[in-house]
Amino acid sequence: MSVMVEFEAVSKSFTVGKRQVDAVEQVSLSIEKGEIFGIIGYSGAGKSTLVRLINGLERATSGRILVDGEDITTLPESRLRHVRGGIGMIFQQFNLLRSRTVAGNVEYPLRIAKWPKEKRKARVAELLDFVGLGDRARSYPEQLSGGQKQRVGIARALATEPKILLADESTSALDPETTQEVLRLLQRVNRELGITVVVITHEMDVIRSIADRVAVLEGGRLIELGTVFDVFSNPQAAATKSFVSTVLRNQPTADDLVRLRRAHPGRVVTAEILDAGRLGSVLSDAVGKYGVRFEIIFGGISALQNRSYGSITLELVGDEGSVDALVKDLQAVAAITEVPA
Amino acid sequence: MNADWTLLGPVLVQALGETLWAVSITMVLGGIFGFVIGTMLYTTRRGNILANAAVYNVLNVLINIVRPIPFIVFIAFIQPVTLGLIGTSIGVPAIIVPMTIAASFAIGRIVEQNLVTIDPGVIEAARAMGASPLRIISTILVPEALGPLILGYTFIFVGVVDMSALAGLIGGGGLGNFAILYGYQRFNYGVTLVAVVVIIVIVQLGQFLGNWLARKALRR
Repeated sequence: MSVMVEFEAVSKSFTVGKRQVDAVEQVSLSIEKGEIFGIIGYSGAGKSTLVRLINGLERATSGRILVDGEDITTLPESRLRHVRGGIGMIFQQFNLLRSRTVAGNVEYPLRIAKWPKEKRKARVAELLDFVGLGDRARSYPEQLSGGQKQRVGIARALATEPKILLADESTSALDPETTQEVLRLLQRVNRELGITVVVITHEMDVIRSIADRVAVLEGGRLIELGTVFDVFSNPQAAATKSFVSTVLRNQPTADDLVRLRRAHPGRVVTAEILDAGRLGSVLSDAVGKYGVRFEIIFGGISALQNRSYGSITLELVGDEGSVDALVKDLQAVAAITEVPA
Repeated sequence: MNADWTLLGPVLVQALGETLWAVSITMVLGGIFGFVIGTMLYTTRRGNILANAAVYNVLNVLINIVRPIPFIVFIAFIQPVTLGLIGTSIGVPAIIVPMTIAASFAIGRIVEQNLVTIDPGVIEAARAMGASPLRIISTILVPEALGPLILGYTFIFVGVVDMSALAGLIGGGGLGNFAILYGYQRFNYGVTLVAVVVIIVIVQLGQFLGNWLARKALRR
């Protein structure tokens, strides 16, 4: 795979009053052609600034940004406008033009790109069909639901056949059902049209649903980067762990542990499950082999990028030596963490 | 005292013509200059598409200097400019100069205030699509704010009719002059009343037209 967007030690600072705010600090990362790249962070983490550096809506203070091989950090505004035609963008609040119809909104970027009228008409019809709004061409944005507005936004962003689509919190104003509908559409954009998609969000669920790789941003810095599976199954930074816990609730929290401890006085361990584990067979042997009983007291297994992932918390009851032996057996098939008594 | 309308009638028609003439020219020229001033004021604001603190501050201060001056004083204040521009400082053309200047700054402020209400996200979206600042002004700012802009322009129209009443002061005639000269100074309340009614009709028609156009622009 080749690189579509490359950040090389990019920083961006603003002066607010007399204070200097470092929105993005020394970020280096590359976004591959054809992938869905997620950027997650709390509000104020600098993710909106980061995405705007890709199409030059914000100019980097230092560092280099290469878009499809072209260094855009040194381009003058007039040249940058041309580059932007190759990068679509959608927004949290959709940002549709109220004075234009659905078709007028989708046509707008084509006018800027100076497409002839006949081609514009055909392209608009094709795009509205793609997003499933062929029958709403003459409607005005205020007559549409949130999900429909975002689909118009997507059609508009795709009009000039961009190589990259930037989605800035594109589902944050939508209900869960509509969110899934828009995410499925973004996935189609990626798979059917081969467009590289950069998704900015504070919702880990969005990342889990569609992203291939994810970057975690905190205080303007890149704190974690990897495939969604790796980051979810083995989060390193505290912020990442907290994001992961918002969607995967199979790890007991401190409160859960207190409650579990009260009800389960035996030895408690948590086993990580990755792909096809053999935890179950080891446990079922345990009764006959060591005379140890077990109870499943917390956890769950979910799918992530078509792989199984999760964790199960167990209470093991039996004499100390037998339980020790069983834990050893378990360690051979899964990562085990002890829950202190 | 009964007025002789066979004599006063043509005078009233002429006064009406002078008022309409002065008001129309002012609204056209003031509309153009006001739009330019307002758009510049808006686009040169900090963080906006043509952000430029110097231009913004100069315009902003200029508007704040011109706007509070009472129009009757402004006519006198601007007299050298009027003389320099059109070679005379009396008559209908001479009243159009101060009226246009005052209207331009008033419209400029109204334009700025209405553009500020446009969602900055829409402008950002246009920038992201590669639109140039001029293109954003003509295809985003104006269409998105058209309804309120028409209403603001209509609001200024009433003020301009008001200004035109002072034209008599420098020999510019008009309905205001007619009311004072033939009504008030001759103790003929009926004549004053007729002039007032004509002015009210003009304002009502203007407001009606403005509301109608704004409703069409707003689609409601």
